[in-house]
Amino acid sequence: MSGPKTRWNAGGRDLEALFAEAAKHKGESLWQDAWRRLKANRAARCALVFLAVFGLTALLAPALPIPSPVTLDLQLEPQPPVAPWTSFGDHGFEPDYWDLSAPDRALVALRQAVFGDWQTGPWMGTDAKGRDILARIVWGSRTSILVALAAALCSLAIGVTYGALSGYLGGRVDNLMMRVVDILYSIPFIFLVIFLITIVNEYRIELEDNFGIDREVVFYVVIGAIYWLTMARVVRGQVLALRKAEFIEAARVQGASTRRILFLHLVPNVLSVVIVYLTLTIPAVMLFEAFLSFLGLGIEPPKVSWGLLAVDGSESINPIRIYWWLIVFPAAAMGATLLALNVLGDGLRDALDPKLRGKD
Amino acid sequence: MAFSPAPRWLRQGAALAILIGLAAAGASVLGAARLPRADFVLNNATEIQSLDPHTVTGIPEGRVMRAIYEGLTVKHPETLAALPGMAESWEVSDDGLHYRFHMRAGAVWSDGEPIDARDFAFAWCRLLSPETAAEYAYQLWCVEGAEAWTLLPDDRMYRVADGTWWQEIAPGRYRVGFSAFSTNRHGQPLHRESATPPPSDPRFPNNPSTHSVGDWMFAKWLPYGVLAPFRAEGAPGPAVANELPPDSRGEVRSGMYDEHWVFEVEPTAEELATLRLLSAAEFRDFAWRREVGIQASEDGTTLDVTLRQPTPYFLDLCAFYPLFPVSEKAIERAKERWPSSWRIEWLKPEHLVTNGPYRVAFRRVNDRIRLEKSPSYWDADHIAFDTIDLLAVDHLGTSLNLYLTGEVDWIDRPIAGVIPRLLPREDFNPAPYLGTYFYRVNITQPPFDDVRVRRALALSIDRRAVCEKITKSGERPSYSIVPRSLDGYVGGEMRHSTSEATYEANFAKDLEEAQRLLVEAGYGPDGAEFPTFEILYNTDQTHKDIAEVLADGWSKQLGIDAKTLNQEWKVYLDSQRSLDYQVSRSAWIGDYLDANSFLDMWMTGNENNRTGWGNERYDELIRAAAAEPDVAARQRLFDEAETILMEELPVLPIYDYTSRNLANPRLGGFAGNALDEHFTKFWYWMDDAELAEKRAQQPSDWVRVPARGPSAGKYPPAGRDAVIRCTLPGVDR
Amino acid sequence: MVVERSAILMLRFLARRLLWFAITLFVVVTVSFFLMRAVRGGPFDGERALNPAIEANLQARYHLDWPQWKQYLAYIGPFNLDDEGPRFLGGDGTRPWSGVLAGDFGPSFKYRDFTVNDIIGQSLPISAALGAIALAWALLLGLGAGVASALWRGTRTDVALRLAATTGIALPNFVIAGFLVILFVFLLPWLPVAGYGTPAHLILPGFALGAPFAAYIARLSRTGMLEVLHQDYIRTARAKGLPERLVILRHALKGGILPVISYLGPATAGILTGSLVIERIFAIPGTGSHFVNSALNRDYTLAMGVTILYTVLVYALNTLVDLAYTLLDPRIDLEDES
Repeated sequence: MSGPKTRWNAGGRDLEALFAEAAKHKGESLWQDAWRRLKANRAARCALVFLAVFGLTALLAPALPIPSPVTLDLQLEPQPPVAPWTSFGDHGFEPDYWDLSAPDRALVALRQAVFGDWQTGPWMGTDAKGRDILARIVWGSRTSILVALAAALCSLAIGVTYGALSGYLGGRVDNLMMRVVDILYSIPFIFLVIFLITIVNEYRIELEDNFGIDREVVFYVVIGAIYWLTMARVVRGQVLALRKAEFIEAARVQGASTRRILFLHLVPNVLSVVIVYLTLTIPAVMLFEAFLSFLGLGIEPPKVSWGLLAVDGSESINPIRIYWWLIVFPAAAMGATLLALNVLGDGLRDALDPKLRGKD
Repeated sequence: MAFSPAPRWLRQGAALAILIGLAAAGASVLGAARLPRADFVLNNATEIQSLDPHTVTGIPEGRVMRAIYEGLTVKHPETLAALPGMAESWEVSDDGLHYRFHMRAGAVWSDGEPIDARDFAFAWCRLLSPETAAEYAYQLWCVEGAEAWTLLPDDRMYRVADGTWWQEIAPGRYRVGFSAFSTNRHGQPLHRESATPPPSDPRFPNNPSTHSVGDWMFAKWLPYGVLAPFRAEGAPGPAVANELPPDSRGEVRSGMYDEHWVFEVEPTAEELATLRLLSAAEFRDFAWRREVGIQASEDGTTLDVTLRQPTPYFLDLCAFYPLFPVSEKAIERAKERWPSSWRIEWLKPEHLVTNGPYRVAFRRVNDRIRLEKSPSYWDADHIAFDTIDLLAVDHLGTSLNLYLTGEVDWIDRPIAGVIPRLLPREDFNPAPYLGTYFYRVNITQPPFDDVRVRRALALSIDRRAVCEKITKSGERPSYSIVPRSLDGYVGGEMRHSTSEATYEANFAKDLEEAQRLLVEAGYGPDGAEFPTFEILYNTDQTHKDIAEVLADGWSKQLGIDAKTLNQEWKVYLDSQRSLDYQVSRSAWIGDYLDANSFLDMWMTGNENNRTGWGNERYDELIRAAAAEPDVAARQRLFDEAETILMEELPVLPIYDYTSRNLANPRLGGFAGNALDEHFTKFWYWMDDAELAEKRAQQPSDWVRVPARGPSAGKYPPAGRDAVIRCTLPGVDR
Repeated sequence: MVVERSAILMLRFLARRLLWFAITLFVVVTVSFFLMRAVRGGPFDGERALNPAIEANLQARYHLDWPQWKQYLAYIGPFNLDDEGPRFLGGDGTRPWSGVLAGDFGPSFKYRDFTVNDIIGQSLPISAALGAIALAWALLLGLGAGVASALWRGTRTDVALRLAATTGIALPNFVIAGFLVILFVFLLPWLPVAGYGTPAHLILPGFALGAPFAAYIARLSRTGMLEVLHQDYIRTARAKGLPERLVILRHALKGGILPVISYLGPATAGILTGSLVIERIFAIPGTGSHFVNSALNRDYTLAMGVTILYTVLVYALNTLVDLAYTLLDPRIDLEDES
């Protein structure tokens, strides 16, 4: 950052002010325009609000007056939902959780201070171990969202760097880097996953003791590290188109380093595509988590995730007795969230894509 | 430069061709797939490993094997008593060591060739031979010389002298094995001929057993249990010999029951000349005749078997699939026709030769095995079903749905969630099953090296909650490693409260005891904090549920923090084997109706022990029981051994299994038995009259379900009265 | 002359692709081979531990007692690895060729009555039949919905179609399969619950398998169509007074489905090799289950076989897609491809 600044100073205050103003204008126009268009899109707005509410619920789960998601009360079979107007709540709350982080414990304490041992009734029924489905969905959303965000961000970091570099350098290097991506595409996922699970399990104790990292987190970061391939391709395509653009030439003439050009000039310009793609990666990771749960390789109890709930629910489909609440509610929560993410992604694309701008 | 677009007709033509191709492929695939429904369809739950009875292990495999092959005996579907199979009759010597089987006259293979004792000798030899690499070879190790036969190193050429084998490993250099068939650990000879003392050499006052080849002398000093080779000229004198340290020479290879010595020497040409040169095949043949207690008579009418120790369940074992015969001629034919791929070719349905009630008509991986009645089977008159399908559906929900929609007639594992709804139904018949569900504890690590800790854990398991709320089909809480469903076995249970009237009261007392034990071991409010530990289990819903409940219970009752750790099957096995766990979910299913099946695995160093536990007295008892011909005395030895095991608790018993068969109520000849083994041979469809009769006898509160299948029934050609009728068992519902 | 030049270009393109294909395959095979053996557990581990001697016999029978590099060489090609040293083209003496280079994937460790070639030969047509059904209706529904929703952008139809399409991506396929079973098997007893044998058995799994693809195709074709509909040549066509139907079918559709085509390459590979979840739930004996089960069973040869199958399919289909591109869009040049 210091390089150009010195030059501007050398050029005098006027020039600097001019640059600053120009920069301000440019920044305003793209993002503000996008924001305006996003707000105009009713579906995207709804999706945004929905996601915000859901995210907040997930964040504040420990403070909500819902039953503990892990307290066992073994039943012969799952108990059906009871309508809120029949049984709104009771006083049976037990502060029973797995190892919580300090902020979460504080939230639980807050909850006990405010609500005491009052908790909501089984509005969405319970599973065969007597655990409240609503509580499990809310707590499951934390895992699922965390997992998805961790993986998506990880894929973002690797994919954008790799793709931008490949596209910017071009030529043989680009060719080689893309072939590497091709090769990685062809290696079946599942081997890598099983391999990684084994490795992470092996070092779980070291990880927790030395770095305080949950093995789930590690695991999903690594999953994200697999998901970067498509991101790299997308970014590379965009950069390829941009790298001959005049403002890049200008930066190069000015003597800016490759790193500087990449991250200061190229990446911000492909951001719109990246954001759109990100909103598609998050659902993909959530579905992948569900798939792993289906194989029994997913999250470890007593923790809970949507994938786990969906698997438990879909196991119970048979003509003797359909415990519909086990499948319908988790599926609805998952479906609604992913739907909102997709709608938001569409809205963002429409809002950010310059080619579509002004054509509505 | 642009690539000129293809003409439109080409593009459209290509698209059309692709579509037609896809459709044709689809149609042809489906056309080939069409099979009429079999008389009886069961879900075998998985694709079996092989159709070769000698290389498979596992319950689904067993079902197929029993349908297409037949051993010397078959089992009664209800009592599991041995009935004549390929052997018409048999005699057992008084000491229980010698069996003579009289073969069934006129029995043939499915290709029409006669089958006799020689086929069994061949098959058993094949089962034991190292090149077959049979996992279940050890099932036949109760036969004299059989174990050594499996363990015999097998490389190229041998020179054989009395009691030693010589194998050239480098020019002039030989590996010599001193009696691969030596004595077992208790000094009892396994070698029939060496049962008479070997000639002693006057030069050695300690009277070692010796063998000499030319100038080479091999001496085994019994007091030391050591073998040394030396040249007769300038041999070490008695004094030196007596002071040889026990592991001075050669390499000692030990198996479970015996040890033998292998070492390298460089003999002279003259010495070599005194040895007979045999090819590997000749050598094996030589060794087989000399050492292994399985001999078929010349005419093939009788088979003589000599056991190395009394084996009360040997006749049952003869009905166990590793001991089934395979056709030597068929294998030889395959070897000739497909020199490189015969291992696979002879097992293809169109080439496979079998001797059982059914033969394989069709097979598709992960889909089904279609069996059809074998017309050449000796007892074909008593076989009812013409075709049977065994599906390989592994998804439990799908399997249940297939049964409930009538596409499958029998499944053995409904999903646990619906069991409460199935219990009142007439088609669900859980029965006690010879299996135990337990947790292994790795006793090599603190805090679990302390028996008080293990006892505390064992006492505070709420077994009834597990049985009633998780497994749900009438399992029994277990306090011992041998299931109580074993007839006539008492055994030792772990100490727990039985004085109170109710389970709750007893459990409460046990909990108190557990808490007291933990304090005694130095944990609790005044002592150290109990370290967090992990419960290892393999990926499965029931295992997960039980681990969660146990972890919850231990944390609530004892204030111990237990986490669960899920590993996929192969990693889980590896963790267990390398003792890389703390507490691990386990189970054991008996192969035969004998307590030994559950007890010998806990001997020190046994590969199935996997807890790090070992107890000398226990090992002694199990070995003594193996050599004990008297049933009552054997029982007492087992009792004492199990008592020791349950006192030390390297394993925490949880419950005894029940089988969970869900079968069409019209199915006859089908019973629940302790091994949960079922025999296609005896199955038939009841007609409406018999079904009504059966229903009249069952409790009135059982819910009737539609009985699919022919209302006129399907009985064997021998007639309606020629079938074996079984009563269905029951556990408390 | 144009044709000749384009033929040369085409050949060069294919040759380059082939070269890269060989490199990719080599890397994939090598990496998978060693990765798989690096994971704990082996093909013969079972609940009952084997006697060490018996285990050694088994290992020897499948050459697992060899050092890994030797196993690798034997797996790859016709190298005779006996004591006399590698002897090229010698095989094991019983047949002239062996190994992957000869198209022989060896015997399966788990299903011992079959070679990997047998297993793939049996299951791939089944997966392909199912995949063809799934793909056909995914294309039909996806393209239809996508185009309709682009044409009527912003209307209720658009919103409804997009909602339906997004649901296809928003639910795990085992949940979709579950709902389908409840609906069409239990509530309306129209279709068999699972299994394989008649065309009716393939309807539900085909639907469930195709759902996410249909949804994706709908989204892609909508975007593609929207972009094309703003192009000048469409405006020209309209200005000429061509009927709207012709404008859409003749002109817009061709450009609009380009993104769908590029998506179809990998999608077809995925769909043809089957889906573990769908195949398990509907008990279809296809290839999909082998991808996961072979890895879980440590069935090394089968796992390698399906990996190679997948790589070949992905590569071949991607190449086809690139060729299709040039057929559909004259502006794209094969030379630009890299």
